[in-house]
Amino acid sequence: MKKLLKRHETYVFAIIIIFGCIITSINPNFLTLENAFDLLKSNAFIGIMAIGVLFVLISGGIDISFAATATIAEYVTILVCLEIGGSMLFAFAFAVLIGIALGAVNGYLIDRFAIPPIITTIATMNLYYGLLIVFTKGRWIYALPPYFRSFADIRVLTLYTENGLPYGISIITVIWFVLMILSSLLLVYTRLGRSLYALGGDYVSAKRVGIPVRSIRVFVYAFMGAMAAIAGIVQALLVQTVAPNSIVGKELNVIAAVVLGGASLSGGVGTVAGMFLGVMLLAIVQNGMTLMRVPAVWYDVFVGIVVIVSVGASSYKAKKSKATSVIDIQEKDSTTCDALQAQGGKQ
Amino acid sequence: MKALKFKKNETTVLIGILVFAILIMIIVNPGTFLTSTNLRGMAFQLPELGILTLGMMVVMITGGINLSIIATANMAGITAALILKSMEASPVLGFLLAFLACIAVSGSIGLFNGVLVAYIGITPILATLGTMTLFNGVAIVITKGYVISGFSPLVLYIGNGSLLGVPFPLLIFIFSALIMSVILGKTRTGFSMYMIGSNSIATKFSGINNAKVLIKTYLISGLFSGFAAMVMISRFNSAKSGYGNSYLLVTILASVLGGVNSDGGFGKVSGVVIALVTLQVLSSGFNLLRVSSFLTTAIWGFVMIAVMVINHIIDTNKKVVV
Repeated sequence: MKKLLKRHETYVFAIIIIFGCIITSINPNFLTLENAFDLLKSNAFIGIMAIGVLFVLISGGIDISFAATATIAEYVTILVCLEIGGSMLFAFAFAVLIGIALGAVNGYLIDRFAIPPIITTIATMNLYYGLLIVFTKGRWIYALPPYFRSFADIRVLTLYTENGLPYGISIITVIWFVLMILSSLLLVYTRLGRSLYALGGDYVSAKRVGIPVRSIRVFVYAFMGAMAAIAGIVQALLVQTVAPNSIVGKELNVIAAVVLGGASLSGGVGTVAGMFLGVMLLAIVQNGMTLMRVPAVWYDVFVGIVVIVSVGASSYKAKKSKATSVIDIQEKDSTTCDALQAQGGKQ
Repeated sequence: MKALKFKKNETTVLIGILVFAILIMIIVNPGTFLTSTNLRGMAFQLPELGILTLGMMVVMITGGINLSIIATANMAGITAALILKSMEASPVLGFLLAFLACIAVSGSIGLFNGVLVAYIGITPILATLGTMTLFNGVAIVITKGYVISGFSPLVLYIGNGSLLGVPFPLLIFIFSALIMSVILGKTRTGFSMYMIGSNSIATKFSGINNAKVLIKTYLISGLFSGFAAMVMISRFNSAKSGYGNSYLLVTILASVLGGVNSDGGFGKVSGVVIALVTLQVLSSGFNLLRVSSFLTTAIWGFVMIAVMVINHIIDTNKKVVV
């Protein structure tokens, strides 16, 4: 099982390498540190939301409302910061609080009233986003607090191009990586993290084993909210303007990226490393198309093909391996969970 | 018996909310809500969303979901529009060809979804997410993002004309709803769809060819997108990729509001029609009040949560919950 799980990530990695080779052979600019750092910076926003989505998917749920949450957290925080001054740390903390509150509402509705996650979050997405636009009247914010610009320009490592232009690892990339490392540790080494897998693997068993199902579900959606909020602030740092409609509509792309990285929509499966590769795969497809001078109109076509082919290949393999008997599926699924948990314990 | 009672209750809640919504709208819009202009406006707006929702519900009954309905409709609409534009010399023949092409394109996309779900075994939400992105992309490539507009009166009649005083799109919607309820209620395939949604392993062992039924389901869903496409291009008098994207999640909302279980197995056309009318009443009523359409969206979301909570409370009180 361990090998099989590992294989999925190597799979995605292999596809990335192949794409990388093709792109580099056409435009050598792809394989430069500058481009790599740039990719890691500009995709931090998607990547941070993807961490939250990963948690939700592992727990066996789904969240469509996170883009709305991210926008609200971003917009309200910046309004407050403009009003009272504040600092970068305050901005992050305040946004995270908003995110947690909005996410916890999702989690509570889902658990207390047994509403399917997809329905709850579509409903709250409409609710949150609708109210946001009504109150903001869809206005953009162009003048951010000055510390947003200075913070966004911080580099942890600075290099210079031949022309003397500076580039390097942005603080935004660092935030993304720190969050990924922390959440990876949380998933693998803590009781909470293991409970997430247990919950996603088999809800009823998890409940019977004595896992506090309600608080964990509320936690998962609140965590999603927190990640969305951080992503919202990161988005503001990246583009230096706030538009109420700039994030909503991207939610399905983020879910697709996480699933490409090996997380399953039926829960219980997924790793942070896989998620990272999934996000990077879509990022590289987009970046590569720009570098290969493919017209931008083709982007969706390629992403669609990548999603269908890669998800199709793994689904077809899974289907073949359990095609013999239907009863086997059930048994295999439960052993998968056991193996996962056992493996988690070993790591 | 228990299940029957519980379902009855759900419909009662739904009708209650509809009546409540209508009453409120009459009170806050005295003299404007119950006018023929407003009612006709509603009758013209409802069908697009309505037909798309029927395409969504049939898939949800089997326990799946079809995120590609809007992309399918746009793709079919664009194909039809291209044919209409190139055959402007002979409008009738052009119209027939365009209609056939529209149905063929939407049917093939539906079939493609069905194959991905039934034979390749991709989870419906991912398979249709993939085809949604793919065909949105193809539509953009074909049109280069531009609008194709300006059709013959024959085409415009579909979305804007009236037959004996009844808006023509409403007739199409009623017709589609009837077809859907016959498929779901009276045919073997329809029955199998409900059963697959309830327990696909049981259907497999009862000798139902799950794959075949699923393929038919997605094919039907695609065809309904095709019908919606004809209404859409006629009402907008144009075709473009990305039209009606905001309908996607609303169709899921309307289906669930109408009592379709998102895990599959339950749901009736009548419930979905009531839900659609409720949403339309809310949106038209707020429109008369000159409230932002986004507040309407927010209220749709709120109504959705309220209905689910009420249903859950009824459920627990009746102790029908397993």
